[in-house]
Amino acid sequence: MSADRTAALPRPPAEKKRWTHQRTVGLVLLCLWAALGLAVLFFMIQAWDPAIFSRYAPRYMSGLWTTIRLVVLSVVLGALLSIPVAYARMSKNHVLSSLAYAYVYFFRGTPLLAQTFLVYYGLGSFRPELQAIGLWTFFREAWYCAVFAFTLNTAAYQAEILRGAIESVRRGQWEAAAALGLSKLQTLRKIIVPQAMIVALRPYGNEIILMIKGSAIVAIITVYDLMGETRRAYSQTFDFQTYIWAALIYLVIVELLRNLIDWIEGRITRHLKR
Amino acid sequence: MERVFTLLSFGPEGWSDDIAAGVLVTVSLALATLPLGLVVGFLVALGKRSNDRLLRIAANIYTTLFRGLPELLTLFLVFYGAQIGLQKLVHLFDPRANIEINAFIAGMVALGAVFSSYASEVFLAAFRAIPQGQYEGSFAVGLSRLQTMRLIILPQLVRLALPGLSNLWLILLKDTALVSVIGLADTLRQAGIAARVTKEAFLFFGIACLIYLALAMLSSVALGAIERWAERSEVSR
Repeated sequence: MSADRTAALPRPPAEKKRWTHQRTVGLVLLCLWAALGLAVLFFMIQAWDPAIFSRYAPRYMSGLWTTIRLVVLSVVLGALLSIPVAYARMSKNHVLSSLAYAYVYFFRGTPLLAQTFLVYYGLGSFRPELQAIGLWTFFREAWYCAVFAFTLNTAAYQAEILRGAIESVRRGQWEAAAALGLSKLQTLRKIIVPQAMIVALRPYGNEIILMIKGSAIVAIITVYDLMGETRRAYSQTFDFQTYIWAALIYLVIVELLRNLIDWIEGRITRHLKR
Repeated sequence: MERVFTLLSFGPEGWSDDIAAGVLVTVSLALATLPLGLVVGFLVALGKRSNDRLLRIAANIYTTLFRGLPELLTLFLVFYGAQIGLQKLVHLFDPRANIEINAFIAGMVALGAVFSSYASEVFLAAFRAIPQGQYEGSFAVGLSRLQTMRLIILPQLVRLALPGLSNLWLILLKDTALVSVIGLADTLRQAGIAARVTKEAFLFFGIACLIYLALAMLSSVALGAIERWAERSEVSR
């Protein structure tokens, strides 16, 4: 068939866009979301009170700052603690690895809220002993208890992330590095960790997001983070928009963080894209 | 030591009966949330992989919302929000009516929303792992869309989604602890009451932690059995 004959053939008509059931359902659901969004907006405008806003906006900001400090502090301390835990977990010494396994299993298997209670209320049972070794001033404060409990919790999760990431690097990489005469530490620093971090980035990001969301529970042990300030504002004003403000702030933080992680991942995996 | 045993007995001096009642609440809340979360999560996953853009957007809003909010805040939004909303609605008809939301139902809805938004991602990943040829083959032998879903896709989907869903079940079990905050007498709340009355906080919160740990272990054993059952056809290959 020659080229001009093919060109002479009429093109098939474009497929007609049909109105499907899916489209109807989608439209209805989107309308529901829009109605909900408008209802919330209407409610916020109707309940808008400049006095309440000027009174509580600085408190929300200080609460947000407390949340950020809590998360950053416990994630960083947890990262430091996770290194020895992950090392113990991968060690060939059975006592060491089963101790690390028990630690990880306990903190991953119980609710963060129960762990926080165990530290904040539970360690109060040992007040004389803690006073004797001078740690009572630390465990008396809800803030330090929260940081302590969160650090232990996130260290367990991060140890698993770290272990998984390091084990995801093939054995051949270790052997090749050893053949080149690199020491264990050099191999880890220059060969293994850069490859492991690509695998670990997304789980780490998720862990930080989980910590931000999980940190809301410190409000229950009287730390005035974002959630704590919200609860206080609600108990003083009985105004439901206090909760909606908090929801918006949390949503914005989590979405920003999620996009940031996506961007970083795209950036550090450039060499793998084809 | 004897005091500890008395405190942990089932008798009038002991707290085991109260805590056991709490465990029952925890387990039944988790079990009641599971089917709700699975069904909604599956429907949301279907919406996300639909050809229609509007449906995809609607489904994505759902997951963005419930994965972005702290679980505790979701719980409060449902508990207080539903209370206020229903109150306003009922006041249109009867100005004197007083509405109280059941904490169990509020917990079920809030945890179900969180569970389903994560479950939809698990289902979505499982759907993507099923090759297109499975649909084409099924249509070729004359099965309808619904039959294809039920007879060809779902059995494979369950197997692919099980590990992810097992994980979500363990998270759900832990998240039920949050309902103690809105006054439901679950394990953690009962342990808290016992701790306050007896001044043995470490003992009772430690026991609460161990109970959650035991529930997680039991679930792992059960889920392992289910996974082996689901993969029984894979072994011979």
